[in-house]
Order: sequence, then structure tokens, then C-alpha cells
Amino acid sequence: MSGQTAAAVELREATVAFRLTGGRTYTAVEQASLEVADGEFVAIVGPTGCGKSTLLNVAAGLLRPAAGQAAIFGAALDGLNHDAGYLFQADALFPWKTAIDNVAIGLEISGTPRTEALTRAQGWLETVGLGSFTQRYPHMLSGGQRKRVGLAQVLIRDPKILLMDEPFGPLDAQTRQIMGNLLLELWSKHRKAVLFVTHDLEEAIALADRVVIMSAGPSSRIIGDWRVTLPRPRDIFEIRLTHDFHALHREIWGVLREQVMKAYGQGGQAA
Amino acid sequence: MPRLKLLALQLLVAIVALGIWQLFSTVPIAGKLWLPPFFFSTPVDVAKQVIAWFATGVIWKHLVITLWESMLAFALGSAAGVLVGFWFARQPRVAAVFDPYVKMVNALPRVVLAPIFTLWLGLGIWSKVALGVTLVFFVVFFNVYQGVKETSATLVDNARMLGMSERQMMRHVFWPSALSWMFSSLHTSIGFAVVGAVVGEYLGAAAGLGYLIQQAEGSFDVAGVFAGMFVLSVFVILIDLMVSLVERRLLVWRPQAGAQPTD
Ligand SMILES: Nc1ncnc2c1ncn2[C@@H]1O[C@H](COP(=O)(O)OP(=O)(O)OP(=O)(O)O)[C@@H](O)[C@H]1O
Ligand SMILES: [Mg+2]
Repeated sequence: MSGQTAAAVELREATVAFRLTGGRTYTAVEQASLEVADGEFVAIVGPTGCGKSTLLNVAAGLLRPAAGQAAIFGAALDGLNHDAGYLFQADALFPWKTAIDNVAIGLEISGTPRTEALTRAQGWLETVGLGSFTQRYPHMLSGGQRKRVGLAQVLIRDPKILLMDEPFGPLDAQTRQIMGNLLLELWSKHRKAVLFVTHDLEEAIALADRVVIMSAGPSSRIIGDWRVTLPRPRDIFEIRLTHDFHALHREIWGVLREQVMKAYGQGGQAA
Repeated sequence: MPRLKLLALQLLVAIVALGIWQLFSTVPIAGKLWLPPFFFSTPVDVAKQVIAWFATGVIWKHLVITLWESMLAFALGSAAGVLVGFWFARQPRVAAVFDPYVKMVNALPRVVLAPIFTLWLGLGIWSKVALGVTLVFFVVFFNVYQGVKETSATLVDNARMLGMSERQMMRHVFWPSALSWMFSSLHTSIGFAVVGAVVGEYLGAAAGLGYLIQQAEGSFDVAGVFAGMFVLSVFVILIDLMVSLVERRLLVWRPQAGAQPTD
């Protein structure tokens, strides 16, 4: 291998603009630069509407930046990012497939025989703690269970890069912690590059190697990048009680707070 | 309300209605019959007619014809509706070009097409099937078109990220979505298939329930008309029940309305 390996995901001064009705454009993200090394866990935190999902969509190749570009393992991204698995913010399970079929589909479409795909899907559902829910349709699962099926659906394809958009967003605090520990356990076993979006700063620090902060939109930018040096393996409940955690949290919150207030103020004006 | 009580009340409505009908059509009140049997027949005569039809077996031929026409109309209309709906939804330009014509044809009361179909296709079953198809097609078409067009963007993105090709997306995303929309209009479209068949028969045929009613009407046989209407409603209710059964099997993945809070 070469001495300097390319980053798993690299955004180079990516600017994303949306066309609004009436010919105007809205610049959501401006000149965002971000690197995620192979095997690194990076969390993106920012106020609501700042463009976190937008950045993930760029990294996934679902959205083309107006300026700048995305590179995956050193190669400029053109079209979909086939190295990435994407856990969407909104529900994205196929409602007409059972949990096990939802997980197996990722293998089936690439030619794995159905019986083998089902066996492995069963294994993944057990890994995420849903071994006895395989025959349920998505509407028969709770929000947290659906997210876990989604996680299995993405992980079964063994992507090198994992894009996760507020995967624990709708869950209660306890379930979030259980899911967080599960995610860390899986990540330490399979070592993928992870780009993890959340609005919960504590969660970001507890999980990630690096925490990236975005400013409030429009034309939101990346305004901070902290390395989290807390020891691993971590228990995300325990780690919140340590002094180092608090120190880092206070430091980052000092920057984030201002952006959150700003985003809130704008929302208030617009409403 | 308890099931049994409900059933009893429902029966009561029928008994009271039939009783009043029988009373006013057979017993003179204040010197005259308020429902002269020549115009209104009597429940007993209607029942006799129905029993006679089934006893002699003449009704079966007509039932089978109407059923056959309805089924053909439903199958052909649905197939065409799904295909065209699918095509338009995936090709917005095609949809835009055809849009005014689709609206125009749909705005047309379909009954006026019946004589034309009879002219083209004769007095046999096909003119009735054609009329049913024009009704079924639009119901299914609009549902499937809307359904496929509004397939959740996230679902499509997810399918792409999972590595699905265009063809696999058709099979695993758009097709199930289109079918589910077709099934959600199943009751309406089957109802329309029957309407097409019966109206077609009524306007000119040699067999079928519509023909039976029309014949009775032509000879001022009011009991026959009511008997035909009765058989027709039972026929439609039975078909509707069957549809419900099929639907329950095919749409297991759908949340039951009211079974869980909306989110
Ligand atoms: N298709 C679109 N057209 C116009 N504006 C859009 C579109 N998609 C997103 N936006 C705008 O871009 C901005 C960023 O959106 P994005 O979804 O990335 O926010 P987010 O940071 O993920 O927010 P949240 O935390 O609420 O999920 C928002 O202000 C949003 O209104
Ligand atoms: Mg978002």
C-alpha cells in the first residue's frame, strides 16, 4: 500500500444550492470541506436545517454539489457512491417486505441465492436483537425496531463507508444508549468509516473519534472540528460521567450554542 | 352495539319495510290501494319470481353471463390501467402530452359509448366488456399513476443505495407500490365492472341480469324488475365479500386503519 492512504470520504469545498420556486436559489451549504479516514468515526452536529442531511446526500452521491466535489477513497465521485451504506433519516424500509426480506434484499439483488441471503439476514437480525421479529412487516415494528432493521439492511452488504442520518433520532434516551453501544460494538468489529449525523452533542462525543460542528444556515459552513481522545472501548452511558467528557462537551457547546440560538431565532422570524 | 342486537335491528328494518310494502299493496285503506301492484308489485310476488328463477334454473345462465362479462371487464381494465398508469408515472413527458385527452375521455359519461360498442362489437358479451373496461380502466389508472408517482423519494433513494438497477427497482419498489394502489381501488373497480356489464346488457343484449330486468320492464312485469334488482344486489354483495377476502390476504403488510396510532 502507498504510504499515505486516501480518505474514505473527502468533501472539497462542496457548495450545495437548491432551486426554489420562483427561480431563486437557496444555498444550504457553502464550501464545506471534510475528511473521514478509513475506519474513522466522525459525527456531524449542527442546528436543525443547517444542512447535515444535505452533506450526507452529497457523500452518498444522491446530490451533486454546485461547486466543489466529493471524493471516495481518492476517486472523484461521479454518480452514486457504491462503497457506502446509507441509513436514512426518514423511514426507508420497504413496507411490503417482512423484516427478514427487507434485510435480505441487499444481498439478493447482487445475485446471492435466496436461501443463503435469508440465512445471513436472520443472522443480522439476531445481531441487532430482532431474531424473533423476522416475519413482521415494518408497520408492526416500533420506531426503534425499524431503525435496527434498517441498520441490518445496510450492514449486511458490508459497505466500506457507513452514512447514518440521525439513526437514533426518534428513540427514547434509554434505547438510544443501547443502540449506541450496539453500534460501537459492531463498528469495533467491522471497522468502517462512519459519517454520523446527530443533533445531540453528547451522543456525538460519546460515539465518535471526531466531532464536526456546522453553523446555522443558510450558507452553512463547517466551523469546528474536535478530536475526541476518550479511551475505547467505550460504554456510552459510563463515559458521560467522566471529567474529560465534560470538559470537551463544555468546549464544543460554547461554539454550538451560538449557532443553535441563531437557527432558532431565524425560525422564529420566518414563522 | 352488540353484534346480535345490531343484526336484529338490521333485520327489523327489512321486515318493517317489506311489511309496509305488502300492506299497502294488498290491503285497501280508505277504499283504495296506496301501492297498486301493477306499478309496485308485492314482496310476495317478487319472492315468488326469484324462487321460480332459481327453481327452474333459468337465472343461472344470466348470472354466469353477467359474472363473466364483469370479470373480463375487470381483468382487462385493470391490466390496461396498471400498465398505462405505470408508464405515465415513469415518463412524465408522455403523461403531459396525453393529459388533456385522458381528462376529456374520462369526463365523458360512459353510457353514451354503449351504442357505439354495440355497433362495433355486436350484441354479444364483448360490447358489455368494452363498456366495463372504459369504467374500470380510469379508476385503476388514476390510482396507479398517483401511487407510483408519489412513491416515497426516500424509498427510491434507499433502493438505489442498496444497489438496485432500474429493473430491480421496478420489481421491488414501483411494482409493489403500483399493485397496492390497484388493490386499494379494488372495490370501486369491481363495482364499475359490474355496472358496465349490467348497463350494457340493459341497453341491448340477449342474456344477462341487465337483459332480464329490461325484458321484465318491457312487458310491465314489475315483479320481474324488482326480482332482477334483488338478485343483482345479492350478486354484487357476494363479489364484494370475495374482494374483501382477497384484499386481506394480499395487503397483509398494510397497517389496518385504526389498529395503531398514526405517526
Ligand atoms: N429539496 C430542497 N429544496 C429546497 N431547500 C431544501 C431542499 N432540501 C433541503 N433544503 C433546505 O436546505 C437546508 C438544509 O437541509 P437539511 O435537510 O440538510 O438539514 P438538516 O441539517 O439535515 O436538518 P435536520 O437536523 O432538521 O434534519 C434546510 O434549510 C432545508 O430547508
Ligand atoms: Mg436532516
